[in-house]
Amino acid sequence: MGWATAGPGPRSPAYAMASTASTFDGDPVATFERHYAEVATQRRRRTLLFWAIFVVILGVAIDVSTFFPERLAEGLPKIGGYLYDTLPVLRPEHLFADVETAGSLAYWYFNLPKYAGLLFTTINMALFSTLLGAIGALLLCFAASRNLAPNWWIFTLSRRFLEFCRAVPEVVFALIFVYAFGIGPAAGVLAIAIHSAGALGKLFSEVNENVDHGALDGVRAAGGNWFEEMRYGVLPQVWPNFLSYIWMRLEINIRASSIIGFVGGGGIGQELHYVISFNYYEEVSAIVILIVLTVTCTDLISERLRHRAIGRENLM
Amino acid sequence: MLRIEALTKTYGDVRAVDDVTLEVPRGQLVGVIGRSGAGKSTLLRMVNRLSEPSAGRIGFEDADVTALRGAALRRWRARCAMIFQQFNLVGRLDVLTNALLGRLNDQGFVASMTARFTGAERADAIRALDRLDMAQTALQRADTLSGGQQQRVAIARALMQQPDILLADEPIASLDPRSASIVMDALRRINREDGLTVVCNLHTLDTARTYCDRVVGMMQGRLVFDGAPRELDDATVKRIYGVEAEEALSETVTSTQLSAAS
Repeated sequence: MGWATAGPGPRSPAYAMASTASTFDGDPVATFERHYAEVATQRRRRTLLFWAIFVVILGVAIDVSTFFPERLAEGLPKIGGYLYDTLPVLRPEHLFADVETAGSLAYWYFNLPKYAGLLFTTINMALFSTLLGAIGALLLCFAASRNLAPNWWIFTLSRRFLEFCRAVPEVVFALIFVYAFGIGPAAGVLAIAIHSAGALGKLFSEVNENVDHGALDGVRAAGGNWFEEMRYGVLPQVWPNFLSYIWMRLEINIRASSIIGFVGGGGIGQELHYVISFNYYEEVSAIVILIVLTVTCTDLISERLRHRAIGRENLM
Repeated sequence: MLRIEALTKTYGDVRAVDDVTLEVPRGQLVGVIGRSGAGKSTLLRMVNRLSEPSAGRIGFEDADVTALRGAALRRWRARCAMIFQQFNLVGRLDVLTNALLGRLNDQGFVASMTARFTGAERADAIRALDRLDMAQTALQRADTLSGGQQQRVAIARALMQQPDILLADEPIASLDPRSASIVMDALRRINREDGLTVVCNLHTLDTARTYCDRVVGMMQGRLVFDGAPRELDDATVKRIYGVEAEEALSETVTSTQLSAAS
């Protein structure tokens, strides 16, 4: 006879008391098993419902996006064809010949000085827009943190504003700014900066919401105002996280600033858009390879810098 | 003179502080004792308005502290410095800057946002730290210090506020006995030398007996004792501490075993 079986048997008074006080009638194990079975059935039903809804949504999504196998099969070779067209004609015997010789690397990259200049513009666009975005995010993130905002109105306003900034795609902002300020990097920088402020502001405010309130109390008790509480109570705690997010945003913005040129936002993207539109196939591949190299390099460098910055003592 | 009149704080149905009336003359070192949850912390936090009172009044000299708003309220907080059980320093800043935070109330917006403090302020901070024997750690990050050291930095920050009152909320509850006695000695020395009023929450009886001019006992939010430490007899202690009385009385269990170096 195990201890779990019900029925008359020697029980300590404490156990007997506990059992009368509990909601279990009769055999506690049987009652539990019954309850457990009920819960399990309920859970199974919920899981089933979830998958049913998921499958329906998936079906609708496939239908709406016309993501059909035959279409894909039909289209895939075209991708290959286009990529093949963009490949340069390189002749091994002339590979390192001068710009005039067809089949040389120099012939392929005859426009390199121009590309280099445009890439430089693009990287600067990324740096400047990240800086602007980070400043915007830094100014708004404290008001947009539930635990730090001075009141509900300021919290809601800054939250909604940040949401708006990141909900509108960069390209849409860029189109508006190109219309307002004309074609060129200024429009691109502004567009990316606004989107970055929105994205960073959200990340920053989430970091802020996990802040330890001890230091805040300390600053407040010393007679500090709200700004001083943020500056000394919060910022030193969250700064390493902020820095890491800013670096990550820089990586994203280098990609973004090479795309933003498509709508007239300046930089290498504008040139890429031009050569694609005019079917200068070899130049397409030349530019794409340059962009990929740039993005990879900045990713590698910034990752290293980020880790160094986070690991460093006495950051502030 | 700090005057607390019928001060009450309610959280829903719970009366954390219930109709407390108390007068503290300038220069006194008052210990507030009681079980955990008796309302000691809430009482102290209401005095410098970190918590809002539900009812009642706090007055200091001729001013009505409960009516203060905005800049005047922050000025009041600077005048009644507070130190905490968990020290509440800014861990990632150095000790010197933490001490300088005591001057935030006097800083202009740009100066405080850019952390520009004058040479005179730095000198004051070093002097304050030196009084607590912490000047040698000035450039160390605050979170590299031990608990007792952090609490001394917190006291230096409080001194930088040039306060009229010093509120200490369980200042030694997270410290080992030796650090605890260093911190309590420092508090009493400052109380004696500067004539600074000190109101100190303590959870152990022997500390209160050793250091305080006057002891106030709280139970379930109410004031149940107010008198000299020697007037605390066993019956009163049992009333204040209830089932924890044995613990509070047993000198060996209650962390401190302090020997005052008066």
